[in-house]
Amino acid sequence: MLELRNISKQFSDFCLKDVSFSVEQGDYFILLGESGAGKSMLLETIAGLVHPESGTVIMEGNDITHHKIQNRGIGLVFQDHAVFPHMTVYENIAYSLHGRKLNNEGKKEKIHQIAEQLSISGLLDRRPSTLSGGELQRVALARTLIQRPKILLLDEPLASLDSRIKSDLRSQLRKIHRQGQTILHVTHDYEEALSLGNRIAVIQDGSVIQEGTPEEVFRNPKSEFIAHFVGVRNFFKARLTGERNNSVAIIDNTVSVRLLSPDTGTEGFILIRGEDIILSNNSFDSSATNNFEGTITEIIPGVRGIDVVVDAGITLHSLITAESLAHLELTEGKKIWLHFKATAVRFIAA
Amino acid sequence: MKRYQSIQLVFILLGSLVLLFILAPLLGMFLKTSPQSLFETAKDKEVTGSIWLTIWTSMAATSLFAVAAIPLAYLLARKKFPLKKLVTGIIDLPIVIPHSAAGIAILGFVSRDTVMGKIGSAIGLNFIGNPAGIAIAMAFVSIPYLINAARDGFAGVPERIEKAALTLGATPARVFFTISLPLAWRNVVSGLILMFARGMSEFGAVIVVAYHPMITPVLIYERFGAFGLKYARPVSVLFILISLALFIMLRWLAKERNSEVAK
Repeated sequence: MLELRNISKQFSDFCLKDVSFSVEQGDYFILLGESGAGKSMLLETIAGLVHPESGTVIMEGNDITHHKIQNRGIGLVFQDHAVFPHMTVYENIAYSLHGRKLNNEGKKEKIHQIAEQLSISGLLDRRPSTLSGGELQRVALARTLIQRPKILLLDEPLASLDSRIKSDLRSQLRKIHRQGQTILHVTHDYEEALSLGNRIAVIQDGSVIQEGTPEEVFRNPKSEFIAHFVGVRNFFKARLTGERNNSVAIIDNTVSVRLLSPDTGTEGFILIRGEDIILSNNSFDSSATNNFEGTITEIIPGVRGIDVVVDAGITLHSLITAESLAHLELTEGKKIWLHFKATAVRFIAA
Repeated sequence: MKRYQSIQLVFILLGSLVLLFILAPLLGMFLKTSPQSLFETAKDKEVTGSIWLTIWTSMAATSLFAVAAIPLAYLLARKKFPLKKLVTGIIDLPIVIPHSAAGIAILGFVSRDTVMGKIGSAIGLNFIGNPAGIAIAMAFVSIPYLINAARDGFAGVPERIEKAALTLGATPARVFFTISLPLAWRNVVSGLILMFARGMSEFGAVIVVAYHPMITPVLIYERFGAFGLKYARPVSVLFILISLALFIMLRWLAKERNSEVAK
């Protein structure tokens, strides 16, 4: 539906170089990258607020690179929501309905409908200065979604919110996506990416360095950068079972990993930091509830330490020091035991 | 603590001297004018006519030139263009030019044998010795105040908000009138009041372009020259009182209106 081809533009602090990717109808596409990597500018280019120096933006087969902002059918929600401070919530939402062939009754109905959807019906007469960050973000979403945009662009929508509100808004976004809205969401938070996206493109220094499903990108990061960015090499799709705080994550219906998690009975991803996996030549009893036996398949020295890759039914990466490597006399092909605590396992619901 | 207090005292003392400097001559003038002479002056048709002329010409000048000045202020706040610094400098010129010199410049620009003068004659308008000329002179010296205040107002409107309005389907014109202007309104109104006030108090530029009909600043000067201090005082006091009342009222109205918008 939306395709970017070789978008390039030079800005004062950074630049976009040959950015290309495409978003299909119904996708929840995440653009992941560090803050300041040009992601916001990319969204503004798609929306038409800035024009690229070269490259094309194609929407449903049409080249819209130089089309007017107003004709693109694109909705954009800024990081700081940019809700109009001198209008009520109702007037903010009504703003994009101006000039449409709707009488006041029709407009009222639409506004109440969208406000209901985003749980802000009670706020319609309020002024933005009296609202919280989460409420303002929802107002911004309401006034953008009421236009029924073909694609919704979100610029770090959860960045300035605290964690409880973040998860509320995350569910809200999931709901909107499930109702059929195509979304392009920009963030620097890989958890957000995992939790919401069905496709991810990673941007570094103004270029797309990898694109794919979350598993593809995080399981097989094409660069040190992505691996570092995420910070974890042990990343698996899993199903959570068991009771609260005594859960078992099942990977590929075969391997079980114990963890502590308040979530139950859901699908998601589990992550284990390489630093948290202890290697030993022999099995031993300890407080670590997860113990696996495996064979070392690769030993990769890196900037942060030695990455020991082990096949234990699933591929696990353990990060150890050079001294430990020598001390344990580890070599490729050697049998090894891995241990990690349940508390070292993180679960992210998807 | 003691040190802090003593410097505060020095500042308060100096500040009081400045305030006294402004108030003393005014108070002195008020005290020396008898209520009776004030009353008689208020009945003088020449005086009331002059005050009215001063007020309406400045109001007309402000309203008319605001139509072009406010958009210019918006451009200055938003757009980058070559020679922008030069343009900003040009706008401030009327403030630094001596007023009588400004009057001479305007005279040369609108007298009957110039382009402007000819256009004026064609529509039956003569600028010299005419309220139109007065308005032009007033506008010339006071327009920088409006432009600068409005520009600050527009600069204070976050560009993000304008961008958001564009993505919601508004044309740039609609964005200007529904977003930029309302959010900058407080500064714009302040600028308008300032321009009006400055216009009303202009003497040097106006007297060169139009000695007659006499606006009050010119009338005061004439009475002083012809009859002396005593005769010029009541007019001065009356004019000052009316001006003050007018501005207090305008500022109060602006505050009312602004609190509505800001709420």
